[in-house]
Amino acid sequence: MAELAERPFPPGDYPVVVVGSGPGGLQVSYCLGRVGVPHAVVSADPAPGGMFRRFPIFQRLLSWTRPHAPYERTDRYYERYDWNSLLAEEPEHRGLAATFMDGSSEFPARPEMERNLAAFAERTRVAVRYGCRWTATRREGDRFVLETTDGEYRARLLVFAVGMAEPWKPATLGLDQVPHYAETRSAADYAGRRVFIVGKRNSGFELAEGLLPWASQIVLASPRPAKLSVVTRSLVGIRARYLQPYEDAVIGGGIHLIDASIERIERTAGGYRVVARSTMTSRELLFQAEAVIAATGFGTPLGDLAALGVQTFNQGKLPVLTPYWESVTVPGVYFAGTISQAMSGLKKHGVPSNSGAVQGARYNARVLALHIAQVHFGIAPERPPVAPDRVLGHLLSEATRGPELWHQRSYLARVLSFGPAAGIRDEGIWPLAHFVDAPGPEACAVTVEHTAEGEMRPALYVRREGRVEEHAMATNELLDFETAEHRAELAGLLDGLGGWHA
Amino acid sequence: MTDADETVDILAGLTLFADLARPQLEAVAHTLEEEWFTGGQRILRQGFSGTGFYVIVEGEAAVRVDGEDRATLSRGDFFGEVSILLGEPPIADVVALRPLRCLFLAGPEVERFLLAHPRVMYRMLQAQARRLRNANRWRS
Ligand SMILES: Cc1cc2nc3c(=O)[nH]c(=O)nc-3n(C[C@H](O)[C@H](O)[C@H](O)COP(=O)(O)OP(=O)(O)OC[C@H]3O[C@@H](n4cnc5c(N)ncnc54)[C@H](O)[C@@H]3O)c2cc1C
Repeated sequence: MAELAERPFPPGDYPVVVVGSGPGGLQVSYCLGRVGVPHAVVSADPAPGGMFRRFPIFQRLLSWTRPHAPYERTDRYYERYDWNSLLAEEPEHRGLAATFMDGSSEFPARPEMERNLAAFAERTRVAVRYGCRWTATRREGDRFVLETTDGEYRARLLVFAVGMAEPWKPATLGLDQVPHYAETRSAADYAGRRVFIVGKRNSGFELAEGLLPWASQIVLASPRPAKLSVVTRSLVGIRARYLQPYEDAVIGGGIHLIDASIERIERTAGGYRVVARSTMTSRELLFQAEAVIAATGFGTPLGDLAALGVQTFNQGKLPVLTPYWESVTVPGVYFAGTISQAMSGLKKHGVPSNSGAVQGARYNARVLALHIAQVHFGIAPERPPVAPDRVLGHLLSEATRGPELWHQRSYLARVLSFGPAAGIRDEGIWPLAHFVDAPGPEACAVTVEHTAEGEMRPALYVRREGRVEEHAMATNELLDFETAEHRAELAGLLDGLGGWHA
Repeated sequence: MTDADETVDILAGLTLFADLARPQLEAVAHTLEEEWFTGGQRILRQGFSGTGFYVIVEGEAAVRVDGEDRATLSRGDFFGEVSILLGEPPIADVVALRPLRCLFLAGPEVERFLLAHPRVMYRMLQAQARRLRNANRWRS
């Protein structure tokens, strides 16, 4: 393989080492490269793509890409209609996902996604040392030392984009003897069999949907009732495209959704016996099935980072992070990709960011690269001036179509500073949690948020005399925030900021 | 220890959930999410909408109004419910005083959660009654 033959980044000293070649690692490496931060990338995989080289197990994504949208694929605003391409500055490298899709679905097939990511890496020349597994970590003076299967790397900064795709099972008695989601066999192997799926999240429903034409009966069970994305208004619920089993269950079509805690799983001559207890009635429930599959989620391969001092939560699955995705306990250790969801942000009305998926994590990676460049390499970010009469138009245009704001609602924001000397400057995209909690000069941040009722609207955060106030702005049925009403509202909210007047 | 088991044991030790049987505790353990904050971090922000409900598992937090600390919260205490019940932004910051581990429930889920677990609602009422009594004591 060409990648293996070249083998860039031999063990040695580097300013920054990035671990992982999934969408997270590729995006952060691309962005570090663009901003001029020298770094090495290592990955245990033989080729780019990360977990999309294997998952989703039924070979189709749950994130969509609209090949035809109101904007050209080279346009930044197209990103809102494309959840699966990585971000590039060069127009010819933008919106790649659609170019690999065959038109049969707006959800790319897994191999199409893998080709999209590989093409991005190749065309933007993101170099990775493939086949190089990080095995241990230690500190030596002001350096971290990464031990790998190829030798030792030394760096002041580390960026881990190692994904969250490690099969994970709770210690329920007997669950260890059943396959995990990741070990599901081909659907035809379940022909005519009763299948019991432990778990009622997306992976459980993906299995159920895939097995509908094969299994003779499907039971999905877990303690908590199933949540639907159309109800939670976020990606945490079960996605619409996996809802067929749900509909079958509620209309009595032979699928069962059970709210029960699983007490134990026993082997029988023909398969398994599952002993559960209803979380509603506390009654014992017994199930017979020829196959049981644990759709119980995924863990993060954080290796020995906890021993290095990285504080974790959620049973060690996630590191505790600052708003710039840096370990709160071990400065210099950063995280990118799906792990960036560990920084939950403001989570207004319970709506989480999309950091767990490509369409959110790709923006976090760009913000992270600029942050590392500025803080550790003294590379000043571009802060283009904004003419006073352009302030309202710029902010409202971003609120209406800025892809960072739409994919990372209440999480990333467009920031403008209003300095007396430097004038008005576009400070770029910031984590909202940093803007609202860190001290600073007169400034404002605009983002897109949900109302309690689920409508989407712009929200403005204004910092005057060191204090940040939140202002929820008007909603609009067509999500057009460039109306005269919004202009007038925004002008009132910003009036006097750094001496600015409409 | 399993994901749920650990949270179940924690829940069982908190007054708020003291009346729940094991399967219900499991359902609650799978409903609440764990969140972790560093010392100095704001969790509730005065005047900000859309906040959640938090139960402290470990650590301490200050209730801060206009920069002044009014109360300290610790293990078993909860916060955020007042603004959710009233549909108004919090009138205080809640700030972690040292590393703080909480269980979190999104604001829009609180009503359904309390209706599904009336014993938890009753315990919450008791805690509110105690807060009210103490506040009145101060004043008189
Ligand atoms: C079943 C499933 C389905 C999903 N479906 C979607 C979807 O349809 N759309 C979507 O947007 N998101 C989906 N996600 C979330 C998804 O994981 C992320 O969007 C994305 O793949 C994460 O990219 P990443 O780069 O963070 O991690 P990954 O893609 O998992 O990549 C991790 C990388 O780290 C490397 N690595 C790990 N450990 C080491 C080590 N010790 N040494 C060296 N290298 C190492 C791996 O080799 C790999 O290259 C899904 C997740 C799962 C679990």
